[in-house]
Parts: sequence; structure tokens; C-alpha cells
Amino acid sequence: MSRPLNEIEVQILWNRLLSVVEEQAQTLVRTAFSTAAREAGDISAGVFDMRGRMLAQAVTGTPGHINSMARSVVHFLDAFPAETLKDGDVLITNDPWKGTGHLFDLTVVTPIFLDGVPVALFASTTHVVDIGGLGVSAEGRQVYHEGLYIPLMYLAREGQMNDDLLGMVRANVREPVQVVGDIYALVACNATGGRRLLEMMRDFRLADLGLLGEEIISRSRRGMAEVIAKLPQGTWSASMTIDGFEAPVTLAATLTIAADRVLVDYAGTSGLSRYAINCPICYTEAYTSFGVKAALAPWIPNNTGTLDAVVVTAPENTIVNAPHPAAVYARSVIGHMLPDVVYGCLDQALPDTVPAEGTSSLWNLSLLAGHGLTGTEGSAVRAFNVTTFHSGGAGARPRQDGLSATPFPSGVRNVPVEITEAITPLVVWRKELRAGSGGAGRQRGGLGQRMEIANRDAAAFGIQARFERGVYPARGRSGGAPGAKGRLSLASGAALPIKGLQIVPPGDRLVVEMPGGGGYGDPLARDPAEVARDVRYGLIAPEQAAADYGVVLTAAGEVDAAATARRRGA
Amino acid sequence: MSSTARLAVDIGGTFTDLVLAVPGRSLSAKLLTTHDAPERAVLEGTAAILAEVGIAATDLAHVIHGTTLATNALIERKGAATALVTTEGFRDSLEMAYEHRFEQYDLYMERPAPLVPRPWRFEVPERIAADGEVLLPMEEAALARIGAAIRTEGIRAVAVCFLHAYQNDAHERRAREILARFLPEEVIALSSEVCPEIREYERASTTVANAYVLPLMERYLGGLEDGLRAMGCAGPLLLMMSSGGITTVGTARRFPIRLVESGPAGGAILAQILAAENGIGRALAFDMGGTTAKITLIDDMKPQQARHFEIARAARFVKGSGIPVRIPVIDMVEIGAGGGSIARVDGLKRITVGPDSAGSMPGPACYGRGGTLPTVTDADLVLAWIDPARFAGGQITLDAPAAGAAVVAAVAAPLGMAPDAAALGITEIVTETMASAARVHAVENGKETAGRTMIAFGGAAPLHAARMAQKLGMDRVLVPVGAGVGSAHGFLAAPIGYEVVRTRLVPLASFDAALVNGLFDAMRGEAEAVVRLGAPGAVLREERTAFMRYRGQGHEVAVALPDGPYGGNGAAMLKAAFEATYHALYGRTIPKLEIEALTWTLALSEARPLPARLADAPPAAAPAPSGRRRIIDPGTGEAAEAALYDRAALPPGARIDGPAVILEAETSTLVPAGFRAGPNAAGHILIERIAT
Repeated sequence: MSRPLNEIEVQILWNRLLSVVEEQAQTLVRTAFSTAAREAGDISAGVFDMRGRMLAQAVTGTPGHINSMARSVVHFLDAFPAETLKDGDVLITNDPWKGTGHLFDLTVVTPIFLDGVPVALFASTTHVVDIGGLGVSAEGRQVYHEGLYIPLMYLAREGQMNDDLLGMVRANVREPVQVVGDIYALVACNATGGRRLLEMMRDFRLADLGLLGEEIISRSRRGMAEVIAKLPQGTWSASMTIDGFEAPVTLAATLTIAADRVLVDYAGTSGLSRYAINCPICYTEAYTSFGVKAALAPWIPNNTGTLDAVVVTAPENTIVNAPHPAAVYARSVIGHMLPDVVYGCLDQALPDTVPAEGTSSLWNLSLLAGHGLTGTEGSAVRAFNVTTFHSGGAGARPRQDGLSATPFPSGVRNVPVEITEAITPLVVWRKELRAGSGGAGRQRGGLGQRMEIANRDAAAFGIQARFERGVYPARGRSGGAPGAKGRLSLASGAALPIKGLQIVPPGDRLVVEMPGGGGYGDPLARDPAEVARDVRYGLIAPEQAAADYGVVLTAAGEVDAAATARRRGA
Repeated sequence: MSSTARLAVDIGGTFTDLVLAVPGRSLSAKLLTTHDAPERAVLEGTAAILAEVGIAATDLAHVIHGTTLATNALIERKGAATALVTTEGFRDSLEMAYEHRFEQYDLYMERPAPLVPRPWRFEVPERIAADGEVLLPMEEAALARIGAAIRTEGIRAVAVCFLHAYQNDAHERRAREILARFLPEEVIALSSEVCPEIREYERASTTVANAYVLPLMERYLGGLEDGLRAMGCAGPLLLMMSSGGITTVGTARRFPIRLVESGPAGGAILAQILAAENGIGRALAFDMGGTTAKITLIDDMKPQQARHFEIARAARFVKGSGIPVRIPVIDMVEIGAGGGSIARVDGLKRITVGPDSAGSMPGPACYGRGGTLPTVTDADLVLAWIDPARFAGGQITLDAPAAGAAVVAAVAAPLGMAPDAAALGITEIVTETMASAARVHAVENGKETAGRTMIAFGGAAPLHAARMAQKLGMDRVLVPVGAGVGSAHGFLAAPIGYEVVRTRLVPLASFDAALVNGLFDAMRGEAEAVVRLGAPGAVLREERTAFMRYRGQGHEVAVALPDGPYGGNGAAMLKAAFEATYHALYGRTIPKLEIEALTWTLALSEARPLPARLADAPPAAAPAPSGRRRIIDPGTGEAAEAALYDRAALPPGARIDGPAVILEAETSTLVPAGFRAGPNAAGHILIERIAT
């Protein structure tokens, strides 16, 4: 039984738990192998009470694990009840529906014991470098194409690693040493968290986390409820159509602000894709609740109390609630778009709060060469397989321009060109802002970027494309114009489809033009001085100044105030 | 005659501190910094302190100087109009930075604008590959055009950063030759000289920051050197660097970016000396001032080093929100937590402290200068840890009722708590925040805080040190004499030194001893040329480091290497060193994975013996307390009668038990219940947890 805690102790302990999961996450980032984990922070780490309630989660680069990892712990406890767990046991899964949405994400859960009694669970998730199957391809038709599927199981029993499982992993993935290394990293980071937690409990003479967990969850729930209570109540709907894979996809949402919670339902959304852009509901929940929370209460830490305040539902067999055995590898293509749809609703409830639509879905470049993929040279071709993280423009904000070449809602970080070139035969000839790509508006959308890439070897190379906003651009808000569409092409001229494996012939260059973000507000209301600066900086073309913004510039690039007034008045 | 007097000068934001060391004694002085011409306070202070001791400027062996001038120019954006010349297609690398959001949940986040605006980022058709091969020869005509534009635009400094220039610097050097026709060669910074390290954005950022402060530092250091000469000082002017080493003014003028954070580096060097004198093998330096706290780990009397630092982080001290520079630095974590940090209650009714500070204007509510928000100092006062009449040597009489009112209005009332409890909440939260930062910093370096001895300095540290030590599992705290002017004392102890870096990707599977030996020979030559300018005859000490990783990883770990040259077993030696370091950091190694070294550094410095360990003071009787005061004890949270002592009245070897407060002009040291404290032989107060 817990001893009573005074007010200051509750606050200190809460801070301490947040610091414990931060240490847990740092340990994972620094020891992980996959670029997604270490450069993009595509990991998560959290601590749970023995009822499976999340008490604290580290703030990491991806919102995709926010609710999904929290729910996965409940699935684990259903399969392995708390009273059956022993000190030294470790559990694992990559079940997309019980973990975090695709097979690449491994989730590991470790029960922690204080004086022989289980007191907490630490969970962590990382995106491994490979899981077999088709690899980083959006072209899978069923989850069976996508690699090794590990149901909820023991990774270790009382400290004894499950070598049979590790043997299966090694035999099924392309980078066995790295993937097994990442599994050990997950185990180690949970152990770090556990050690810190036990130190804390001994320092504060706590026998369990019951009272503390109760306080954290109820205060957070109350905090969210207070925020929501100040909002206008009602129901709003919005939809957004995007390219999809084989056909356009419409994402439709209805958002209800109720007394103490926000409900988001995706009825009206398109059905499943034949390809791997389907989202399990857990991933849909994660990006939806991230979008809601970033707009309404960014300062409240994530835990079961805050997650309960956003309720996400979607009809089964829609692309945002895909059941087994749908292919789900590239579920982020859809998931990253969901905050834009949520903001379509929130903009009606809370005008002048949320940004315009942005590129949203990442423009990561998965580049490769190898036998059977880009040619049939066997070992004669220098094989490589590398993913670098890149972003188009973000949407303009009510009072600020959109950020250029910046991810949202994902929080990834790029990989330096020099690093990519040091480990592959690739040469990046250009990586620059794409002039004119930001949607016009009182606040301009963020610019996309343009990259040109070639192979130094006299061989073809390929790109596993899974891009969006090639047909349907990011729309502006409140009179703002859409951002430029994205495009993939060869320097020799031919356009390439933006989904699926594309081949760049020897000697040619791949040209990637990433989309721009939508503008916010009437472009004719933009400060002419900012338009003149954008022209001087080469962010928009001189002709755009007049055509899109109604701003007339002198030969020296200064604003011609009289001519501008006339043009804008007309 | 050989000169024996040595002068250290530290220019800070508010004060310019001077310390003059002559055989047998040292004395210090504090002047207000003269922001319009910082050298004025230095020269005036120098003249005054020399006069006080009665020696002439000609008696000075050298002057060691640290300054925040370069840092401030970067923070306040007051550097030169700077251009960037870069590879065609890459002028936006400086602006796109890491392509990330450093605030995951902030829809309104802004990135700091780059130091060079887009029209001044010029592109040159040229391209070097990762292996150094020239893929596209440089179009020299483009440089002539750029030179002309630079002249027209009134640009005063230029950074040249081409892709893979760390591997092949031919194009950068040729670019400088051509650009030197248009502006002085001294204000052209090459990335291959400033930061020859892989990762184009960070290298460009470092080179640009260097160029940005070049003209300013050139002018300032020139003026200071001339001024000292005019006074008759013949000894060299030496500059404190962020690495904790000192260098000649010539080197400082070329690479002024290496001078940022020299003040804190001086503090860390002082802590190093104290660790040596007191036989502290595992120390944690804790420097808490008015706005920030800084924490450095010191193992085996060596402050931890790093090669990455961020200048001018956005308001909330968020990682990734500043200007990254890759230079040798003493690795410290900085937190927005100081005496002036403001406390409030957030929407979840949690007390938060900082990172914003009330500064000195308006300052804490108790300063009576119009501040109404409660700060850490206000909380300290409510808890009766500070004597309102004796704060800062009595220069400011503190208004205790104002502090109480601020704490009640902003924290106690909203939470329905008693004023004492709210004040204790503020100090507990700020201490917890600092302790968390220290713990995460330690874990990032594969280290622990538990079992270390804390060395606490800076005005606010002695009040919060014991409680923080408790939270970190540390049983001993050392509060040095004159905890207020630590940095300048540290300068006097710093060795002449210089660190050189190179990037060469060397997979151990294809380790080539000749290549690596050649690399280190060249680095040694470059470092020695710099170090010999300041230490012509000294015995030198070399430290080699390789930044290594398993192939496929994105972070390297710093691996200390033995001196060379390396023979046929070099690969085995590197593997063993890497695995030992990796194991120490992460508790395991990964068999069967290929290992590679990416970046190499060589640090060369004067071999300067650390002071010997001081003898323990024989036990002495403590005097009777000078008074008693009711305080709130931080450990128990209960009210207690604390004994008051004047620091000057406590003889070495005396021991007193907490709760107690030891008073001195600049600060107060709080000894909580359960701790015992007293001066050691050198007068530093040692606070120890009483074994239970």
C-alpha cells in the first residue's frame, strides 16, 4: 500500500518520471541502428502501471506511437496477465494491430520488480532497419508480403533470451546483426528506465505507483477537461482528397467538441487500398490525437489521462481502420495527413488557430541498387539501400508564413548529404528550396525543395516512391492559395509515378520536386514589403508578385506603392 | 629578468573580472564592463591592479583573456555583413538546417534566421566527391563575379564551404586566392580550416559563425594588444578558448569562434584544480548564477570534452534551436535555472520554474525594483536561507515582505498552500529540474551522478548544492573560497593548447596504418605550430581521439587512442579501444558488426602538472554560532532552528552540523539537517552527509 504523498512530492515525482522516460529514450536513440530511429527519432519510450495505464511518455520525433504504444501494453497484459510475469521476463511484438501499425516497429515491454513485487512496466518501440518481405516498398498487397510477423510473445523468460525467436529474426531480415542489435537496444533502454524508477521509489519510500499514477492521470484528465470546457461545443466536418495509390483517397472527419472530450469520427473516408498505404486504427488514433493536442493543449504531457480526452473512431474497412490482412507498411502516407483533416474541422470551431494544409506526408528518399531490383547484374553492381528523410513545405499559420522544407506532423530530421554520399555511390547535385512552391496568401505557405540525384557508378538505381500531393496539392485556408504539387522525374525529361519502385537509368539523374504548403488568408492582404523581400530572396518569381499578390515592383525591386494600390484595388 | 606576474581578465555581460597572480599571492578586482569599447575596462583595470601591487606592466609574463564578445555578437546578431560561398545547388543548406522541428507540439514554432540572408549565399559550379575526387572542376569565372558582387554589397566577411572540402580543400583554397582580390584575406574563412569535419550543415554553420565575428574580434583583439603594448606589457596576450585551453592572439584572430563560452570553461578549469587539490576522482561541477545553471562532469581530474555546441538557443533552451558549431568545448549542460528564474503555476496546477529569468532589472521581487513575479531568490528568502541585510555583500537590501507577497500571489494562493510550502515547492522544483538535466547528461555519456563529489560555485549554488547533491545520490559538496569570481582564477591554471580535427572514413577491415599515421603526423604538425607560438619550450602532451561507430549507426562515440605511430596491429588496437568505450557507454558490444572510424582529433597542450593533494586540516573547535534563525529545512521540509556562522570565523578543521547557514559577503551556504560542514585546509567548505 502506498503512503500518502504531499502536494510537492506529487509534483516532484511526476517530473522525475518524465525524466526517467527521457533517459530511457535517450539510451535507445543513441544505441539504435536504423536511421529512422536515430535520425528521425522514430522511437518511443514510456512507463506504465501494472494495470497498463501509461504514466509518462518521452517526447520523441514521432507522434505515431503516442496512443498505439500505450494500447499495446494493454494487449500485452491481456495475453500475459500481470500475476504471471516474473522478474527478468521481457515481452515483444511487431503485430501492426496490437503494436504501432506496421511490421517494422518492434515493441518491447519489460515488467519491473521492487523487492519481488511487480510495480511497473516499461515499454519502448523502435523502427528497425529491415523486417524481410518486400522491404521498404509500398507495393505489398497483404501483410504477408511485408515480412516477419512476431505475435505477442516472450523475448526473455527470467533473464533467459528466447534464442529461437532471435534465430528466426536473423534468418528473415536483410540486416540480421543490426536488427538483433536493435532488439537488444530496446531491452537495454527498458532496463535503464527500470533502474531509475527503482532508485526513485527507494528514495521516496514508495512501495507502488498506485497513488502517484492516480494523481497524474486524474490531474491530466482534469487539465484536458478544463481546456475543452472553454471551447465552443458542437460538431464540424471536413474532408480532404489526396492522391492515394491506385485511386484518389478521400479522408473525411467529423469532429465533436463535447463537455470534456473531443470525438473524431472518420465515417465517409475511402475504403481500403490494394497496396500498403492502409492504416490500422491504432496509428489513426495516434496522429489524430496528436493533431488535436498540438492545437489545444500542447503543454500537457501524454499519459492515459490525456489520451482518454480524444476519442477516435472509424468504420472498419476504411483506409484509416484497416483490418488484417491489409498491407500497412506505408501507413504513414495516410496517417501524416490526418492532422490536416482534423484542422479542417477545428478551423470552423476555432477560427485563426490552426495552419493551412501542408505537404504533411514525408518525402523520404528510399534509394537502392541491387540484383533483381534495378538490374540483373548479380554481384557486378554495387548494391546499396539507404533512406534519407526530407520534407516539403508546411502550411502557413494565421500570423506566420509556413516553414519551408520542414516536417509536420512528423518530427524527423534529415541525413546530411555528405553522410549519404560517404556510404553509397550516390551524388546529390542539388538540394535547394523550390522557388515559387509556397502557396500564396497573406501568410505564404512554406517552400518545398528540389533535389537532383545521380549514381556515380555506371549503373541504374531505384527509388521506392511513396509520395503524396502529386495530383491534389495542399490547400490554403481563409483565402490562401494551394501549394505547388510534388513531382518526380528524370533529368532527361520523363515524369515518373510517385508511388512504387521507379528506376533511374545509368547516367541519368533523378529530379525530386517536393510540394509546397498552402497559404493562409488573402494574398492581396500580404504586406507588400514581404512580397518584395520574397522576390529579392528568390523565394517567389517577380511575375508571381504581380499575378498572385498584386504587388508591383520597380526595376530596383522596391515596392511601387501607387501601382500596387491600383492593382490591388482593381 | 624573467617576469613572474600573471594577469587573467574575464569580460562578462555585467562585470569584467581581473585576477593578478604574483609569487605567493593573488588579488582580484571587479569593474563594470564597458560595452562600447570592452578593452577600456580591461586596460583601466589592469593599470589599477598593477598600481595596487606596485609592479609595472613590464613585469607581466603574460595576460590571459576570456571574453563573451564573440558569443554576444552572435546572440545579438551584431556581427559583420557576411557572405557564404558554396557549392552550386547547396546555398539553402544553411537555412534548411536539420529540416526538423525542435518543438514537436508547437504549431507556431519559428526557426532562427540564418546569419547569412539568401541573396548573400553565392553558388559556384564545382563538385568534389566523398572520396575527394573532383567530379566538376571549379568555374573560376564565377568566383570573380561573386567577388565583385561582394564588394558592391558592402560585405565584410566571407565563409567558403564546399561539399566534401574536409576531404579535399583544393577548391576552397583556390577560391580564397581569387576572393582575396576583392577583400582582405584575413576575413575569408574556409570550412576546411575552421572545421574540416563531415556533415555539410554543421560545418557551414561553424564556418559562417566564425566569419561573422571575424572583423569584430580582429578589431577588438588588435586594439587590446596595442593597448597592452602601449602600457609596456611585453608578454604575450593569450586567449581562453571554449576547450579549456589557451592560445595566442594570432590564432584567436583567425578562429574567433573557438573563444565562445570561455568564461564557463574557466569555471570548469577551476573545478578541475579543486578536484586535484582535494583528491576528488569523480566530480560534478555545478555553477548556478542568476539566469542559468551549468553542469560539467570531471573524471580523473579531467573535465569532459565535446565537439558540439549550440549558440543562442531559442528562449526555452531547447536542443536544436540554436546555431550549431563544431569546435572543441568543455562539455556542459546549461539549464535555464538560476536565482532570477521565475516561478509560476501551469494549467495542471504544477509549479514550473524558469527558463525565463527576471535578470537584474527588474530582478526578483525582493530587489524592490519593480519585479512582482516570484523567483528562486524570493523563495530562498521566504525560507529564511538568505539574510536580507547581507545579500551580495549588503549592496542590495532585500525586501522580505515583497518576496512573500510574490510567492503567495503567484504560487501559494492558486495552489491553496501555505507560503512556506509554496516557497519550498519552488526550490524543490528548480533543484529537481537541474538534477534531472544532470542525470540525463550523465546517461548520455554512459556515466552516473551517484557517488560523485559536487563542486559548487556561482552566486546561487551554495544555497541549493546540498539538496541537489542529495537528489543525485552524492554525499559530498565542496564550496570553494571566492565562489563568485571562479572563471578568471581558472584562466590562470589553463594550459596553452590546441585541438585539430580531420574526417577520414576508415573501416577497420581495411585499416591502413600508413594513412592514419600520416593523418596524425599532419595534425600534430598543425597543432604544434599553433601551440609553440605560446609555449616555445614547454614539454607537450598529446591526446588522440577517434570518433567511431558500428557501420550503419549515425552517432559516433569518442574513443581515446594511445599515442602513435600505429603498426600492423592498429586495427586490433582500435577495435579493442572502441569496444571498451562502447561497453562503458551502453553496457554491451555487438559482435560481427563492422567498425569504422569517421573523424579524428589530436589535442596538444603544455604538460602542466595538477596541484598536489592538500593535507587534511587537523580538527579544530567550531566557534559558537553568531546567531540563530528559523528556516525551512530543504530535506525534511520542516521548520528548524538553524545556527548561523560567519565563514571567516570558521577555522580550517572545524565542523558544524546542519541545519546551519554559513554567511559570507558574496553568498550563503546552506547546510541542511543530516549534513556536516566546515572549511578544509585551503578554506573551502566541505559539506558531507552524516552517515546514518
